[in-house]
Amino acid sequence: MRILLLALRRLAASLPTLLLILVGLFLLLQLAPGDTVDALVAQMGGGDPAMIEQLRSFYGLDAPVLVQLGRYLLRLVTLDLGFSAIYGKPVADVILERLPVTLLLMATALSFAFAAGMGLGVVAARRVNRWPDSLISTLGLVFYATPSFWFGMMGIVVFAVRLSWLPAGGFEEIGSGNEGLTRVLDIAWHLVLPVATLALTYLATYLRIMRASMLEVMTLDFVRTARAKGLGETAVVLRHVLRNALLPGVTLMGLQAGTMLGGSVVVESVFALPGLGRLAYESVVQRDVNTLLGIVFVSALLVIAINFIVDMLYAKLDPRIVTGS
Amino acid sequence: MGFLKRYARNPAAVIGLLLVLAVIAMAVSASWIFPRDPLSLAGRPLQWPLDNPRFWLGTDNTGRDIAAQIFHGARTSLLIGLVATVVAIGIGIVIGAVAGYYGGWVDDLLMRITEAFQTLPNFLLLLVLVAVFGSNITFVTVAIGIVSWPPSARLTRAEFLTLRNREFVQACRVLGMRDRQIIFREILPNALPPIIVYASVIMAVAILLESALAFLNLSDPNIPSWGNLIGAGKGVLRVHWYVSAIPGLVILLTVLGVSLVGQGLNDALNPRLKGR
Amino acid sequence: MSLLAIEGLTVALPKGADRPHALESVSFSLKAGEILCVVGESGSGKSLTAGAVMGLLPDGVVATAGAIRYLGRDLLPLPAAEMRRLRGRDIGMVFQEPMTALNPLRSIGSQIAEMFRTHTRLSGREIDARVLALLEQVRIPDPAAAARAYPHELSGGQRQRAMIAMALALEPKLLICDEPTTALDVTTQAQILALIRDLQRRTGTAVLFITHDFGVVADIADRVAVMRRGILVEQGPAAEVLNNPQHPYTRALVAAVPPLTPPGRPSVTGAPFLEIDRVSKTYRKGGLLRRSRRVTHAVKEVSLSLPRGGTLGIVGESGSGKSTLARCILRLLDPETGEIRLDGQDRLALSKEALRREARRVQMVFQDPFASLNPRRRVGELVAQGPIIHGTPRAEAMERARELFSLVGLDPAALDRFPHEFSGGQRQRIGLARALALRPDVLVADEPVSALDVSVQAQVLKLLVQLREQLGLSMVFITHDLRVAAQLCDQLAVMRQGEVVEHGPAAAIFADPQHEYTRALMAAVPGKGWTPPVAFGSEEAA
Repeated sequence: MRILLLALRRLAASLPTLLLILVGLFLLLQLAPGDTVDALVAQMGGGDPAMIEQLRSFYGLDAPVLVQLGRYLLRLVTLDLGFSAIYGKPVADVILERLPVTLLLMATALSFAFAAGMGLGVVAARRVNRWPDSLISTLGLVFYATPSFWFGMMGIVVFAVRLSWLPAGGFEEIGSGNEGLTRVLDIAWHLVLPVATLALTYLATYLRIMRASMLEVMTLDFVRTARAKGLGETAVVLRHVLRNALLPGVTLMGLQAGTMLGGSVVVESVFALPGLGRLAYESVVQRDVNTLLGIVFVSALLVIAINFIVDMLYAKLDPRIVTGS
Repeated sequence: MGFLKRYARNPAAVIGLLLVLAVIAMAVSASWIFPRDPLSLAGRPLQWPLDNPRFWLGTDNTGRDIAAQIFHGARTSLLIGLVATVVAIGIGIVIGAVAGYYGGWVDDLLMRITEAFQTLPNFLLLLVLVAVFGSNITFVTVAIGIVSWPPSARLTRAEFLTLRNREFVQACRVLGMRDRQIIFREILPNALPPIIVYASVIMAVAILLESALAFLNLSDPNIPSWGNLIGAGKGVLRVHWYVSAIPGLVILLTVLGVSLVGQGLNDALNPRLKGR
Repeated sequence: MSLLAIEGLTVALPKGADRPHALESVSFSLKAGEILCVVGESGSGKSLTAGAVMGLLPDGVVATAGAIRYLGRDLLPLPAAEMRRLRGRDIGMVFQEPMTALNPLRSIGSQIAEMFRTHTRLSGREIDARVLALLEQVRIPDPAAAARAYPHELSGGQRQRAMIAMALALEPKLLICDEPTTALDVTTQAQILALIRDLQRRTGTAVLFITHDFGVVADIADRVAVMRRGILVEQGPAAEVLNNPQHPYTRALVAAVPPLTPPGRPSVTGAPFLEIDRVSKTYRKGGLLRRSRRVTHAVKEVSLSLPRGGTLGIVGESGSGKSTLARCILRLLDPETGEIRLDGQDRLALSKEALRREARRVQMVFQDPFASLNPRRRVGELVAQGPIIHGTPRAEAMERARELFSLVGLDPAALDRFPHEFSGGQRQRIGLARALALRPDVLVADEPVSALDVSVQAQVLKLLVQLREQLGLSMVFITHDLRVAAQLCDQLAVMRQGEVVEHGPAAAIFADPQHEYTRALMAAVPGKGWTPPVAFGSEEAA
C-alpha cells in the first residue's frame, strides 16, 4: 500500500514533465516547413488557393499558435488526439490499431533482455576474469556494438532465406484464418527474430551492469559479515548479493524504456511489423503532424507507465525507499 | 606517466585503439585511394566482392563501388560521432554542473527538462527533429547531439552532488572564491574522468543512431554513409546479402573499437576497479 | 590449554604493496573467558590479524608461515568447508561499521535467524523465539519491532547491538570485535562496551578486541598486545602495559592520549570579539505537500561569545548541531534567525559580494585530510590560492606559502607536490597553512584531529597550541572528544540536539559539570579512571 502511494506520488511528479514535452514538441512542429494541409495538397497533386484556405480553417491551422496549442492540450485531456488527414480517421484509432504489436514486441524483448542479461551477468561475475567471463563479456561488447537493424537483416538472411526456419517478416500469416492457440503460436513464430533483434543491445547493457554491480556488491561489508556467519559462497550470492546487485539494473530498465521504444521504429521497419514505430516512420515521411504528435504523446505515456511499474518494483526490492532515508 | 603504461598493458584496450586508428586511417585516405565521387555509377551493379579486381568489395544495386563508400563513409561516421559527442557532452556538462552545484529550484527545473528528454524515446525525437529541420548532414549531427545529452547531464550532476559537499569545495568557498571558478576550475576537473569515459558511449550510440537514420533513408542522401548502404542493400538482401553485410560489419567494428577504448580509459583511470 | 594460540604468524601482502609482510611472526594466545585487546594505529596489521583468525583475508593476502591454533587445531590448513562450519558457530565476529555490515535489504530478525538456519536444524518457530531472546539479551528496546525492522530504521547503537546479538547467537567460544565502537558516539560507545563486558562475563566467551583507543583498552582489557607495522611490540596484563609501558612505541602511544584535565592555562578574558547571538538553523526535507515535509532544528537559539585570543570549544555527539553551527559562522550555511557579530559587524547581514571580500577574517580547518584538499592541485597552489583570490600577486603569495609551510612544520621544498604524496597528518598541516594564509582573525576548526592516528593527533594538537600563542589566534574548536577539548579550550560549550546545555570556562566545567548531560558525557569518556603514566606529548614514536 505504501509502495503504491509512493509510486503514485512519483507518477504525479511526471505530469509536469509530460506537459513540458507536449508544449515543446508542439512549438517545435510549428517551425516545420509545411503542415498537414500542404502534405494533403501534395498528395492530391495540387489544389487552388481558395480550397487550401478552406482546408486550413477546417483543421484550425489559421488560428494563432498559442490558441492552437491551447486547443491541442484541451483535446488531449479528453484523449482526443485529433484527426489524421493522411489515414482519414482519428489519430487515436490509428494508434490503437498499431499499439498492441509494439507493446507485445517491447514487453517480450524487455523481459528477455532483462532475464538473460541478468543471468549472464551473474555467471560472468561469479567466474570473473576466467574463460566464461571473457566469453560472456566479449559477446556483450559485440552485441552492444551491433546495429540492431543490421543484426535483424542478417537474421533474415540466415534463418529465413538460407535455413527457412523463421519467417522473414510480418506479424502473422495473412489470410490463414488462424485462430486461438494456432494464431498465438503463429505470432510467436513471427516475433522470434524481431524480439531477438530488439533485445540484443539491451541484453548487452544489462549484462554489463549486472556484472559490474555484482562485483561491486561483493566488496561490501555485509558480504564479509555473511561469510563471517559461516555461509557458503552460493548462499552468500543468493541471499545477500543478488538482490542488492539487481537494483542498478532495475533503475536502468526505467531509464531505457524510451530508448527501447525508439529502437522498435527500426526493428518494425526491418520486419515490416504493423506497429507504432513503423507508424512513426510513415508519418514523418508523409508529414502527418497530428499522428506524429499523437505517437509521441502515447509513447511518453507508455514510458511513464513503465517507470511507474519500475518504481513499484524498486520499492518492493529496497525497503529504504518506502520509509525514506 | 603510469596512465599510458596501464592502458597499453590492457590487450582489449589496445585492440580497440587499433580498430579506431584503422577507421581514422580509412577516413583520412578516402579521397586519396578513391578520388572519384563514391556515390556515382562505377560499374555493373551487383558484382560480388573479389569477382572484379577493380571492386574488391563489389558493387551495390545501383552500380556504386562499395569499398569507396566504406572509406568515404568512415569520414561521415567519425565526424558525426565526434561532433555529436561534443555537442551532447557540452550541453550535459553545463546543465549537470549548474543543477548539481546549485541544487534547489534550479536543480528541479533542469532535471525536469532532462527527464522530459529522457521520457521521449530518443530515436522518435530524432525523427521529429529531422522531420522539422530536414536531413541536412549538419543538422542531423546536431540533432543526434541534442537527443543524446541527458545521460551525460545526469552523470555530471551526480558527480557534482557528491563533490560539492566535499570539504575542498567548502574550503574554496571559505576562501571567497567565485562560483564560476569553483564550478569550472575546482570541481569540473575532478568530475571529468567518468564523463570522458562516458563520451565513448555517446560516440558509439551516435554512430549507431546515424546509421539507423540513414538506413531509414532519413539522413542526408548526398553523403556517403554506411547506414545508407545497408538500406540500399535491403531490396537485394535475399541473394546479394553482401551489400548490407559489409557496411554493417564495419559499423560493428568501429563501435566496438570506440567502446573498447572507452573501457580501456576507464580501467586506466581507475586501476583499482580493473575488471569491472 | 589456551583457546586460541597464534604462533609465529606471517602474512604476505601482494606484490607492489608498501611492505612485503602485513604481519611478521606474530605470536599471542587467548584463554577462555579472557578479553585480549590488540592495539595499534592504522597499518599496524591489527585488523588483518582478526581476518586471519576468521580465515577471511582479502584477495591476494595470504598467511605464509606460522599457525593459528583454535583448541589445539591449526586453522590455516583447514579446508574451506570445515572453516565455514567453525565461522559463526565457534567464532563470532562484530565489525566496525554496523550500518554497512548489515544487509540493507533484509530485516534484522532474518539476518540473525540466518545464523540458526545455517548452523542448526531448529524449526522456524524455535528460531523466531531465539531471535527475540537474543535481542532482549542485548537490551534493544522493543525486540519484536527491532526484529521486523530494516537496518536503516535503527540507530547506530541499536544496529551494533543487533550485530552483537547475531555474533553471539550460537554462543561461540571466541568473539572477535574489530573496532566495534569506533563509529559510535561516546555515550553509545560506553553502553556497548558495558554490554560486551557483561555478556562476556555471563557466557564465559573469550574476546579478541581490536582497537586504536587506549581509553577503551583501559575500560575493557584483561590483557593487551600492542602492534606496529605488522610486528607485535609488547604484550602483557592490562594494568602492566597501561601503567608501566616498556617499549618506546607503547610509551609514545600512551603519551599521545590527552589527559582529561585541562593543563591549567589562565583563561582568556576581555570584551567579546566573536558573538553568536540567538542563532537558529533548521533543515527542511520533503516535497510540496505539507504533510510530507519534515523540519529538523539543527541549531536552536544558540548564543555564545569568544574574547579576542580565546579558544571556544564546542563539544557534542553526532546530531548535536556543532558542525552546523561552525558552518553558520563561516556562512557556508545561512541560519534563519540570529546574528553572528565579528568585532561588532553582523556577518549574517553581509551580501554575497561583501562576504567574499570579508572572507579573509574567518577561516576554517576541516575534518577530513583526504577530502579537504583538491587532489588535482599542487599543495603550494592550494595554500597560495586564498591570497591570490584577494589580490595578492602570485609570486608574493607563493613566497608566503613557503613561509607558512615552515611555520606548520612542513618542508617548503614540497610546495609543488600533490596532496596524495602526503600523509594524513601532513595534509592537516597543509589545510592549516591554507587557512592561515589569509591571516584570519578567527580560525574555526571542525574536528581537525579526529580522522588522525593518536600519535599524529597529539602532534597536530601541539602545533595548534603553539600557533595560537605565536599568532594570537582566536579559535572556535569543534570536537566530539572531551580529552582533546580539555587540552585546547579555555571556554567550553556542550551541545545536544541543537541546543547549548552548558557553557563556561573549560576548567570549571571539567571540575564540576552542572548539567546532567555534561555529566553523562564525562562519565562515558573511555578510560576516565586511568591517568596515562607518561606526560601528554612528552614522548614521540621514532
